[in-house]
Amino acid sequence: MPRVTFTQTIQRHVPCPPSEADGRTVREVLERVFAANPRARDYVLDDQGAVRRHMVVFVNGRQIRDRARLSDAVPSDGEVCVMQALSGG
Amino acid sequence: MSDRLYVATRKGVFTIERRKGRPRARWAITRADFLADNASVVLPDRREGAVYVALGHGHFGVKLHRSRNRGRQWEPCATPAYPPKPEGIEDREPNSGKPIPWSTELVWALEAGHDTEPGTLWCGTLPGGLFRSQDRGTSWQLVESLWRHPKRREWFGGGAELPGLHSICVDPRDARRVTVGVSCGGVWMTRDSGTTWECRATGMRAAYMPAERQYDPNIQDPHHLVQCRAEPDAFWVQHHNGVFRSTDGAASWEEVATVKPAAFGFAVAVHPEDADIAWFVPGVSDEQRIPVKGRVVVARTRNGGSSFQVLTKGLPQEHAYDLTYRHALDVDETGERLAFGTTTGSLWVSENQGDSWQAISEHLPPVYCVRFG
Repeated sequence: MPRVTFTQTIQRHVPCPPSEADGRTVREVLERVFAANPRARDYVLDDQGAVRRHMVVFVNGRQIRDRARLSDAVPSDGEVCVMQALSGG
Repeated sequence: MSDRLYVATRKGVFTIERRKGRPRARWAITRADFLADNASVVLPDRREGAVYVALGHGHFGVKLHRSRNRGRQWEPCATPAYPPKPEGIEDREPNSGKPIPWSTELVWALEAGHDTEPGTLWCGTLPGGLFRSQDRGTSWQLVESLWRHPKRREWFGGGAELPGLHSICVDPRDARRVTVGVSCGGVWMTRDSGTTWECRATGMRAAYMPAERQYDPNIQDPHHLVQCRAEPDAFWVQHHNGVFRSTDGAASWEEVATVKPAAFGFAVAVHPEDADIAWFVPGVSDEQRIPVKGRVVVARTRNGGSSFQVLTKGLPQEHAYDLTYRHALDVDETGERLAFGTTTGSLWVSENQGDSWQAISEHLPPVYCVRFG
């Protein structure tokens, strides 16, 4: 099952411990995490459900390409990493 | 009289309280909340003693928090969120041509609703949406009638890259009548609780537009709009290129050319009981956003703009480069006490309508919003 980790900097605002979540795409995996931790969703995604401008998501070390729909594939043993970009203050 | 101030800054929210003393009272910082976080707006809601704060996290977006006990404890509440953008819709900022994000980029105005609607709050945002909460910020609804108004698509950014709704005036006579200021989109009023809207900026002049568009109401840049509590047909606007006044419920506006030492600025406050008394914090001009001659001053009129006094007592009069943003000047409910903060972290208070000022701090983070409460 994919494993999901979040940047340390988000923890001050909303605790996001490492977790495992099923899903074939970044959208499916993250929505499962957010279903269990609803407050975290708005910290990572904007009002339209896209990745916030100054957030970045990696799958096995590669930055995802589809920031709007989050359709990038996640292998069953994949590592999804939600980070903050250096931009954005 | 208000003995408490809330100050939202680039790096936190500060509570300031008045302590009696001799020879004069002293205002001191008594709380610092959300330190290091960017607080765009603070709203003390006098109706219930609650306080609301809007934070803009560079990475994590806009968040709202509320306190029911004047800041001793805070809890997150809902953030105004835009509905899904319909597929294929063309919604672009007219100047840049860039798509308007249907997403809250900044909370730029937060106001309590009418006294007869204790749970109601209004919120203005970049990119221009107005939101209403009827449950103290637990949930928010976009005012769709304004957002989907065809004229809204003509709004453009002024300073910011996106249009923004920064001023909200709830008519004390009638909860259904709400007037808002938009940069750049003029002044808009509803008289039916947001069902329909009308642009009411006739008479305003936009020096930054070609001659044939200068009096177009929908492209005006009112930096800040205020309404007199006791005379609600009276409004004042500090506009991008001047000061404007209305005495007929925003049906028409008259330019006030007498303001000195300059007509540029962001902030305006009106006396709650006397619409002829108003205060401004001028800067040189659009392209020189600093005090005239390095002197921090407040301009006050007591006769509806026929003349102005330049108030300086207690304010720095050499090499001072403080700029006051639109929400960083406030007057208390009696009209006696004023406070203003600046981009260089100064904060002053007056207990005599601006005749003299005392510094509360000159070392705060850049100040965005000052409210008595």
